[in-house]
Amino acid sequence: MSARTYELIYIMVPEATEQQVADLQTQVAGIVERMGGTIEKTDPWGRRKLAYEIGKHKEGFYVLHVIQGSGDLIKEIDRRLKVTDGLLRHLVVRVDERQSVAERARTRRQETSRRRRVARGLPPDRQPGEGPQHDGDDDGDVTYDATEGEA
Amino acid sequence: MAFGGRKPAGKGKGAGAGAGDKQGGQRRGLFRRRKICKFCADRIDDINYKDVKLLSGFVPERGKVLPRRISGTCAKHQRALRVAILRARQLALLPYAAD
Repeated sequence: MSARTYELIYIMVPEATEQQVADLQTQVAGIVERMGGTIEKTDPWGRRKLAYEIGKHKEGFYVLHVIQGSGDLIKEIDRRLKVTDGLLRHLVVRVDERQSVAERARTRRQETSRRRRVARGLPPDRQPGEGPQHDGDDDGDVTYDATEGEA
Repeated sequence: MAFGGRKPAGKGKGAGAGAGDKQGGQRRGLFRRRKICKFCADRIDDINYKDVKLLSGFVPERGKVLPRRISGTCAKHQRALRVAILRARQLALLPYAAD
């Protein structure tokens, strides 16, 4: 099975000790290894305020993993996390498809801009200090005569 | 000064907004800002559910998703934005409902 990239985020109860956090991380790593996947990145965000209360908790300890592996691996991890105590939430998202789409969009845009620049007789890449500096938002003095969606 | 010339300006607006406004932007005091899709403008290809700072700009106080008609987001990006917000909600990064 081809390797896929997933992001796994879980939220532990804020009372979890460092030991518990580390334990769960090694547990996940163990499953990943056993099922022939690799962990690309582990990023403990740490304690964060929740947007809403879960149970009686107002805070949670977030951990993010980026995992490469098969669907079966993710299924197993998901199953295990569902029965793990001290876990408020977890979420697995497949990211490789989205990333490649974004990548394609970026290269396409770059190529288009290069082609246009060459057509105008400019070097394909933007020179430092050339053109208007990007100032974030537009300044709002543009008028527009269309009406707001009436339907 | 905004109320100088034509009196019925305010009244006529609500009814037949479409055609009448096209001429010369005569909209005294009610210039509409041209709306731009933030994601197209800033070239954000991947709307990520972890980027709370970005998403929270599209979630007004009540916690709902800001409609396209207000934010000006294009259809493509609004769809992606919605999914991102939904995911962020699952992880308690954004509220489902707040008041």
